[in-house]
Amino acid sequence: MQDSGILVLFQGTNFLRLWEGLWVSLRIAVISMGLSLVLGILMGMIMTSKNKIVRFLCRVYLEIVRIMPQLVLLFLVYFGAAKHLGINLSGDVAAIIVFTFWGTAEMGDLVRSALISIPTHQYESGYGLGLTKLQVNLYIIIPQTVRRLLPSLINLLTRMIKTTSLVVLIGVIEVVKVGKQIIDASRYTTPGAALWVYGAIFIMYFLICYPFSRISAVLEKKIKD
Amino acid sequence: MDMEFIRNYYPLYVEAAKMTIVIALIGIILSLLIGLLCSMIKKLEIPVLKTIVNIYIELSRNTPLLIQLFFLYFGLPKLGIVLSSETCAIVGLTFLGGSYMAEAFRTGIDSVSDIQLESGLSLGFTRWQTFLHIVMPQAIATSIPVLCANVIFLIKETSVFSAVALADLMFVAKDLIGIYYKTDEALLMLVLSYLVLLLPVSLICTWIERRARYAGFGNTGTVSGN
Amino acid sequence: MKNEKEILKVEHLVKSYDKGDPILKDFSFMMNKGEVVVIVGPSGCGKSTFLRCMNMLEPIDSGKIIFKGRPINREGKNAHEIRQKIGMVFQSYDLFPHKSILGNILLAPLKVQKRDKKEAEQEAEQLLDRVGLLDKKDAYPRQLSGGQKQRVAIVRALIMHPEILLLDEITAALDPEMVREVLQVVLELAKDGMTMLIVTHEMEFARAVADRVLFLDQGEIIEEGHPADFFAKPETERAKQFLNTFHYEAIDAQA
Repeated sequence: MQDSGILVLFQGTNFLRLWEGLWVSLRIAVISMGLSLVLGILMGMIMTSKNKIVRFLCRVYLEIVRIMPQLVLLFLVYFGAAKHLGINLSGDVAAIIVFTFWGTAEMGDLVRSALISIPTHQYESGYGLGLTKLQVNLYIIIPQTVRRLLPSLINLLTRMIKTTSLVVLIGVIEVVKVGKQIIDASRYTTPGAALWVYGAIFIMYFLICYPFSRISAVLEKKIKD
Repeated sequence: MDMEFIRNYYPLYVEAAKMTIVIALIGIILSLLIGLLCSMIKKLEIPVLKTIVNIYIELSRNTPLLIQLFFLYFGLPKLGIVLSSETCAIVGLTFLGGSYMAEAFRTGIDSVSDIQLESGLSLGFTRWQTFLHIVMPQAIATSIPVLCANVIFLIKETSVFSAVALADLMFVAKDLIGIYYKTDEALLMLVLSYLVLLLPVSLICTWIERRARYAGFGNTGTVSGN
Repeated sequence: MKNEKEILKVEHLVKSYDKGDPILKDFSFMMNKGEVVVIVGPSGCGKSTFLRCMNMLEPIDSGKIIFKGRPINREGKNAHEIRQKIGMVFQSYDLFPHKSILGNILLAPLKVQKRDKKEAEQEAEQLLDRVGLLDKKDAYPRQLSGGQKQRVAIVRALIMHPEILLLDEITAALDPEMVREVLQVVLELAKDGMTMLIVTHEMEFARAVADRVLFLDQGEIIEEGHPADFFAKPETERAKQFLNTFHYEAIDAQA
């Protein structure tokens, strides 16, 4: 009964529950992104350090994030922490830790390349106008950096949102889990529910991510012109 | 750390890694083909097909692979389309990778100036021949760093295949943790497997990138004038 | 005129970009085999656009372009076959950066005309020798100077045995000292009887190479004539003014 399958989405509070489920993942992405922003700026400054050992450690950190699948990191934190630290991390917290670990690396690398790409005469002309160091950073350097980084940041955010779909695999009750519950509950009444529920989740993710990727593309074009 | 346990169970990881490599390889090759096709359709502005390609790229880039897989594996059977775990994994990876590869090729194609296309045409090449012999060789050279990054990205994405009941590395690790509660050993082997899988690829990519950047098309010789 | 056979004819050509004002207004023109026609005029007068239309690189609004008695059209199925007979060299040295010099020259003969590799290679080497670049055959474009690249671009067009050669300001992007080596090649081609339609800013060269000069301004042919007459005593006020600007430039250069 594919025809009536779609109705399962609108039975009771099903549709609302799906969106609430998606919000659980979105919240993880937003919190991780916020933390990554703050820590990433620090990380970026550390990465420009002249100390060879510091730079080597940063390199290793970046390489780990580049190579290890996020799901592996999630497993490490979720299962590993439970065993060694004796604490039972909830899936949400494990996810926030992993995504922040990942985001800080990417953000740090972006900040680093932005910092080294600002020509020194930008600083000099600021000082030449009689601005203090703080003012130069505040009015000249940071606005330029932010403008240039914005597309990559939004891009990172959408990737995080997409990757939060993985948290269902470490037991977080989010949109896919809710979807499964709905499918299970209507197994006999609506056998075709899976098609519509997973289809709906697919579209929901698209609706969230698409605007961000449009904004990012538009901003990127603006910077180029 | 239980070395005995590791000795006994590491073959499971080897098996899983082999399967991951095969599926990733097929998926990446198909992604490259689809990406090439899509980028050409976009550049040659073929009506209708161009719109389809645009919709595909947006859908693929703005949804998670995991959800794509769930839809393929649990959703499609309700329409009577039943795919095996392996097929799902390959189709899903290709659906995702095709759009990423298409965007990589497009960046390369955009970097080739229009005058190159016109020179080809004025020598009597058809549009298609111009594309094949003149635009694409240059475009691919420019795209290589992004293509490499995509390859690494796609191999990493294979880690979600356990969700469609494929006995991959994650699946094995989760199983060992669940059955024997050998968390450390299982996770260690998991991390090592991905290191063995991805570190060489990452190194090769860095090497290719460097070569593509420094040694392209007679760059090492003497430069005179202009 | 060396040969009375008509090769290219344009009837009432109108061309505009993006529905703006027409850049070519009701343009009519004819040239014969073996003739060298030079088009001069101020920037933006439409001379490059005209040349691009002749090679079907631009869509036209209305009018007809007739090559060897048959109308040609860029949407036509045989457009690429006709283009083989119309050679073109552009202002920017548009060599293919991923191919060696020989590779650049051989690409079209081998892939388009499916010629024998050995024979084509032999001809390529002859032509390279003629423009003094045989020793560069295995180099890549970025290893060559602008003037050398432009000479290779000419060879690349010549090996296709075009019946007419279109040259679009081929020296405009070159350093002054390289202009000469390129123009020398074109002068020799003219001596050999190559049919050429040339857009240039080099007035001395135009005078030396042309059988006929067209003066274009604002999309129209203002004056047409033998180079000796045109450069010595132009008939129209606009042509006079145009030539005067070059006169002053020459004085400036001496000062």
